[in-house]
Amino acid sequence: MEKILLLDIPNYHRIDVYKEHGGYETVKKAYSMTPDEVIDEVKKSGLRGRGGASFLTGLKWSFMPKTTDKPKYLCINGDESEPGSFKDRQIFERNPHALIEGALIACYAIQAKAAYIYIRGEYHNWIQMVQKALDDAYEMGLVGEKMKETFSTPYECNIYIHKGAGAYICGEESSLMNSIEGKRPYPRVKPPFPAQNGLWGCPTTINNVETISNIPSIIKNGWEWFSKIGEARHPGTLLFGVSGHVNKPGVYELPTGVLLTDLIYNYAGGVPGGKKIKCVIPGGSSMPPLRGEQLEGIKMDAESLKAAGSAIGTGGVIVMDEDTDLVRVLARITKFYYHESCGQCTPCREGTGWMLKTLNRIARGQGTASDLDLLVDVAKNIEGNTVCALGDAAAWPVKFMITRFRDEFEKAVKREIVIPAANKVHSMRNTALPLADRSKS
Amino acid sequence: MDFKFTEENLAKIEAVRKKYPASKAAVMPVLYIAQEQNGYITKEVMDEVAKLLGINSVDVLGVATFYTMYHTNPIGKYHVQVCTNVSCMLRGGYEMLDHVVKKLGIDVNGLTSDGKFSIEEVECMGSCGTAPMIAVNDDYYENLTKEKLTEILDSLK
Ligand SMILES: Cc1cc2nc3c(=O)[nH]c(=O)nc-3n(C[C@H](O)[C@H](O)[C@H](O)COP(=O)(O)O)c2cc1C
Ligand code: SF4
Ligand code: FES
Repeated sequence: MEKILLLDIPNYHRIDVYKEHGGYETVKKAYSMTPDEVIDEVKKSGLRGRGGASFLTGLKWSFMPKTTDKPKYLCINGDESEPGSFKDRQIFERNPHALIEGALIACYAIQAKAAYIYIRGEYHNWIQMVQKALDDAYEMGLVGEKMKETFSTPYECNIYIHKGAGAYICGEESSLMNSIEGKRPYPRVKPPFPAQNGLWGCPTTINNVETISNIPSIIKNGWEWFSKIGEARHPGTLLFGVSGHVNKPGVYELPTGVLLTDLIYNYAGGVPGGKKIKCVIPGGSSMPPLRGEQLEGIKMDAESLKAAGSAIGTGGVIVMDEDTDLVRVLARITKFYYHESCGQCTPCREGTGWMLKTLNRIARGQGTASDLDLLVDVAKNIEGNTVCALGDAAAWPVKFMITRFRDEFEKAVKREIVIPAANKVHSMRNTALPLADRSKS
Repeated sequence: MDFKFTEENLAKIEAVRKKYPASKAAVMPVLYIAQEQNGYITKEVMDEVAKLLGINSVDVLGVATFYTMYHTNPIGKYHVQVCTNVSCMLRGGYEMLDHVVKKLGIDVNGLTSDGKFSIEEVECMGSCGTAPMIAVNDDYYENLTKEKLTEILDSLK
């Protein structure tokens, strides 16, 4: 199968090599179309967002108001902080110009004045790589002021990189915008949605890095070509990140609809020691986990995974072998969401803490069967009752892990052996106390 | 102690401000520049950033304290960050953390008395496929074993 994003071309990240292979020609093609035609092409291609929710990209673009005096913006989400998810990094490293060319085309389609590529701060070295690619593109007049001349169009736009500073919540689209605006990155209550009221109150579209990087190929080869790759209802390739107990962890670009078992056993080399699989999280840590004995026949695309009782998320597959202690795993995942909760709403702020405390108690061998019901109860009370979807992301692993692996957890609450508790949590998000009052933690 | 940006950094800040239509938006990049110059973010640094951008000091405080990568306490010359999140944990993340703690003789969030090393337990760094991993300052070290980790830490002395 032909690849779209991670091509086997040496030095493809370099602008000269990218151009040799037809790079930045597609943006010219896009400029010969009307913005609506570009949006239509993306709509018909069936491209769905790669950032987690699998929303139709063309449809999202069409929500941008056509008649407005305000400037419009594109935000490209490269926050990539969901545990198990490490795919966008491959694009920054190996194909940054597809991202930049995709950004140019997307900006034109929605008539944006500027694009901000938000990249997590920990990716400092990858930011440098994208910055280098961007500088080269500016220098060649492909972005910014000189574009008008280069492409002989009346249209120009700028692309900037905004560096995050270590906060998972900034991946949430409204938090991301607050972060770019220099505010404390609390998610915003919706509606209004970003297409009406986004960056600096202006119409804004937010798309994932992988989503945008697919755009040049779609415009170049046409919607029909793209729509025939993989599954009809979720076409294209996905960058699957496989981690945990597999022999060859890594990122694999494959058409949607690939069998989960193929991905694990053929591409990622199976489980070390030939052990059985106890549990697989198919799409990043917040997605409902699947039992090892239920993996047969599950296809990797949004619709199939939904039918199987989970979700494709970011395509970050985490594999756990038969010896894995799921109590420890769930406690660690919950610790993450507790740490990353922005603290804005009570169910999320308090609920994640309760769940963590209870799970740590069980991990210490001091749990009771009623703790399990309590956990599911707390999770259900978070779910759907919060400003943003981080609440759900924290609740789902708890709810589904316990209901689907009740046997494992029952065993845990009955056991007498004491295992070490997870490490002490230091949460930075609680309140911005004056420095004098902050204990040296 | 007063904090003033160097001329060079003031020029960098001018360039950064041009990326955004409102000066408040520059607070994150400016805090990074300040942190690079000063080592960590103090009250004086925040006041200076606020003054420069024409915003409230408390807004700068709100931003500086939210993110894990802005340090409001001194950190080591080598800031060792160990990921223990799920993919790393499955491949030995906690063993790596224990090893770093023992080797450096300080606790998580600690700082060696010579100011050389500090340790932080971090959330997923996007290296799940090359777990376990640590980062030292901006650089990632992946596919670790205890032996490799020892080598890396020794090379930093
Ligand atoms: C807590 C939270 C974290 C998120 N993190 C990311 C992220 O790191 N990258 C990303 O693209 N989307 C992330 N999302 C989803 C975004 O809010 C948004 O839906 C997505 O960027 C839209 O892009 P797409 O339509 O191309 O998928 C996150 C959502 C939530 C609730
Ligand atoms: S759900 Fe959690 S992360 Fe989202 S706004 Fe509420 S407190 Fe913040
Ligand atoms: S879990 Fe450690 S880098 Fe992702």
